[in-house]
Amino acid sequence: MSTKDDHGHAVSGDTADKKGGATILLFFILGFAASLAIGWGVFPKLLYSTKPQPFNFDHALHNREVGDCESCHFFREDGTFSGVPTLAQCTDCHADVMGETEDEAIFVNEYVAKEREVPWYVYSRQPDCVFFSHAAHVVKAKMTCESCHGDIGTSTSLKPYQENRITGYSRDIWGYSIAGFKTHTYDRMKMDDCAECHEKAVGSVDRAPAPGVVSRHFRQEVVPAIYPLDRQAATGSSVQTRRDACFVCHK
Amino acid sequence: MEMNAKQHKYGMVIDLDKCTGCGACMVACMAENNVPFKKDESDNKRDSITWMRVFKVSNDKPYPEADICYLPRPCMHCEGHDGHSPCVSVCPATATDYSQETGVVSQIYTRCFGCRYCMAACPYHARYFNWWDPVWPEGMEKYLSPNVSPRMRGVVEKCSFCFHRYQLAMEKAHYEGRAELEEQEYQPACVQACPAGAIVFGDLNNPEHRVTRIVEPDPHHHFTGHSKKALRLLEQLGTNPKVYYLTERQWVRKALDQYNFGSQAAAH
Repeated sequence: MSTKDDHGHAVSGDTADKKGGATILLFFILGFAASLAIGWGVFPKLLYSTKPQPFNFDHALHNREVGDCESCHFFREDGTFSGVPTLAQCTDCHADVMGETEDEAIFVNEYVAKEREVPWYVYSRQPDCVFFSHAAHVVKAKMTCESCHGDIGTSTSLKPYQENRITGYSRDIWGYSIAGFKTHTYDRMKMDDCAECHEKAVGSVDRAPAPGVVSRHFRQEVVPAIYPLDRQAATGSSVQTRRDACFVCHK
Repeated sequence: MEMNAKQHKYGMVIDLDKCTGCGACMVACMAENNVPFKKDESDNKRDSITWMRVFKVSNDKPYPEADICYLPRPCMHCEGHDGHSPCVSVCPATATDYSQETGVVSQIYTRCFGCRYCMAACPYHARYFNWWDPVWPEGMEKYLSPNVSPRMRGVVEKCSFCFHRYQLAMEKAHYEGRAELEEQEYQPACVQACPAGAIVFGDLNNPEHRVTRIVEPDPHHHFTGHSKKALRLLEQLGTNPKVYYLTERQWVRKALDQYNFGSQAAAH
């Protein structure tokens, strides 16, 4: 009897276990799907707050009227770059309303008349610790503006500024793909994106520390074994990394 | 090692016989580099941050022979052997680095996590730790230099030879299509502030720069100065510093060789 009982008990316990297992699996799958949905869908939406620019700016229109980019975005005599024009530069032309757009009316009435600088949100604003020389990239390395800023010069409207609620920086820095993929050079403006070009410029990555710090065996045998894809002829100025030294872009 | 650009080795010569100990270099440095200060700087000087610090060395002798030497101490930007400077080789975060292009030992504040290993390694006490976030007096934030990033609590900082001035000078050079700087285009704040002209700064690899002509560094003897007046602090450690001192006073040479400020030993 007792064995029968035991047997019956064991069978019913088995089915209960199977049921419980399925429920747990279901919960796991649901939970996993929910986490993915929240992580990839909801969180990025919550992370950024959309802020409208003070008024719209039509780059294409200005390009037609002015004829070049350098009239507004120019190098100063000391080699520094003017960046976003100040009110004084705009009023050279816009002392009074020139066109018929509503945006220009806002600009003239709210900012020119009251002598207030326009509080533009700058998509490419970087942290304090970043040193960026436009002269080194545009004049010396002959890079185009588009390679970092994209095709802004032909746009007719400013896109909404999406501010990261945690860091305070624009979404253009991290990039619009939350996974970090990019298809254009101007899709992101993180340090990795600077490093990508700088790595090419100095030849390669060489992860071995300087001679004298480690043995020749470590430099020539161990490091290439760990990082087989790295070429070993890096010419960067850094002793620690053989890339460009940190002080090239930091301050 | 192959290099893209020409290798520079920026260094400094400080004439101890000219230094009056006025402290203008310290003030200029603090203002130039947004160096934080405490409400009461007379309290516990070990917490104070001074990238450039003037020490006082005395020969401890009575009146007729009494003499004092003031010793300004920036970061020595040690080259060691092939850039193997004491602080760079111990940093576990790659937050401090030696650049073969300029010979400057950099400190990246956003990279530093404050272990202070470099402070222990530095034999010159040139590195300082931020025990607090900087507190600027009301309105002073507007007077901070935008060219130097302010530091936060928990990171190490030190003299950078005013590296931002090099960056700006190079920016101008790039704009004008030049690859090289003139000697006067890149000078740290302390050098320009010194009323006695006791500090000279330039490229030790350039034979025409004043620093090189004064100390004549000898590449075959670990860059010790040929000049009889020149000496480096703690030469015997092999740190190969790029700051040279000049003095004709024998007791000062003795005192500095022993790194023994104001001691009895210095007198003999």
